[in-house]
Amino acid sequence: MITTDILIIGAGPTGLFAVFEAGLLKLKCHLIDALPQPGGQCSEIYPKKPIYDIPAFPEILAGDLVDNLMEQIKPFQPGFTLGERAQTIDKQEDGSFIVTTNKGTKHKAPIVAIAGGLGSFEPRKPLLDNLTKFEDKGIEYIIRDPELYRDKRVVIAGGGDSALDWSIFLSDVASDVTLVHRRSEFRGALDSVEKVQELKNQGKINLITPAEVFALNGDERLRSVTIKNASTQEDIQLEVDHFIPLFGLSPKLGPIADWGLEIEKNAIKVDNSLDYQTNIPGIYAIGDVNTYPGKLKLILCGFHEATLMCQSAYSRIFPDKRYVMKYTTVGGVTGFDGSKKEAPKAVVKSID
Amino acid sequence: MEPDITVYITDREGQTHEVLAPTDMNMNFMELVRSYELAPEGTIGICGGMAMCASCQCYVESDHSLPEKSDDEEAMLAEAYNVKDNSRLGCQIPIQPEMEGLKIALAPAEL
Repeated sequence: MITTDILIIGAGPTGLFAVFEAGLLKLKCHLIDALPQPGGQCSEIYPKKPIYDIPAFPEILAGDLVDNLMEQIKPFQPGFTLGERAQTIDKQEDGSFIVTTNKGTKHKAPIVAIAGGLGSFEPRKPLLDNLTKFEDKGIEYIIRDPELYRDKRVVIAGGGDSALDWSIFLSDVASDVTLVHRRSEFRGALDSVEKVQELKNQGKINLITPAEVFALNGDERLRSVTIKNASTQEDIQLEVDHFIPLFGLSPKLGPIADWGLEIEKNAIKVDNSLDYQTNIPGIYAIGDVNTYPGKLKLILCGFHEATLMCQSAYSRIFPDKRYVMKYTTVGGVTGFDGSKKEAPKAVVKSID
Repeated sequence: MEPDITVYITDREGQTHEVLAPTDMNMNFMELVRSYELAPEGTIGICGGMAMCASCQCYVESDHSLPEKSDDEEAMLAEAYNVKDNSRLGCQIPIQPEMEGLKIALAPAEL
């Protein structure tokens, strides 16, 4: 059981900045995120794109914003449960919550802050008959263990980086790799595209474009796929052991929608006049995942919401303690790791 | 010239709405649909307008000539579902005066 003061669901910019504000109040944080790396959308969808409305940053790449936030919160030693999705929440008799992930990891905290953005990123599934029937029986959307494909016949579909990169990787593992894409053009890093071209020329990747997998055939497991070549209109029946559609990820609010929270417009309703608390005391929602009159889904708004949430969390955890906010310029930043940052003292010295 | 044009948007339930679209606010058709709440929030414009999801896919049903698709839009449409020859991403079409009378229908939401 992982225990902490504030359990943050979602490691995007809002969740990460909450660690800093909590740290100033000497509250510890732990973050859960379904993605394997912190940063949320900024890392997953647009790391190389610039953002122009972060105060005092005329321009910053989304990926750099995440790196900076990670640096800023480092002294507060946040814990991370990455690659796992928060699944259930159970309120305890002492008022705290236990959040369990889809992999069974349990987290206990008196405060839960949902900073889940658009939700957890789930694989986009192709619209094919029998798709669910063959899930985990020959169809996988995420490659967890490449060894599963050792000496197997594999079909990968998709035109982005993950389709390219896994085709390259599996060409050394699987007995056959076929890459199917609707177009002849791929959207990926240039060296990945060139590598696939090279492997195709060497006969190590069987490339079928422009084409689409349009039927799945099998009995208790997948045995073959039917591929339609869009230029020749020819149908190809290909015997396979695995079909891996890699069509990117799309966000889903997911299990959080069943936690008894008030939901409006696919977002969690919060009290914006006070502290961004939800209808369940002790559970807050900050950043893109919440809604209130006049809500704007901006990173800078998420930062503000995280700050007010932490103040409220503090008074929930320590109802009898008196506290007033202190400027970092005055109080400095004292990390849980023993580090201390503070403004240099003015020199008092006479001038002769 | 009037800053607003009239366009017709058919929502995912099949109902057509006549709406006024501003041409002077740097808006695109995804944002127009959101501003009139013609599709539930969270089901359209998920990526924010970067041509990185297909939640604003629409079918162009009038014969207006529209700006060419960028490589990003082409690539995204190649991975989207329910794509037809007249599919576009609403976020990639800025509202312009010559689009007066444009008719579009929203593509089904991805599950």
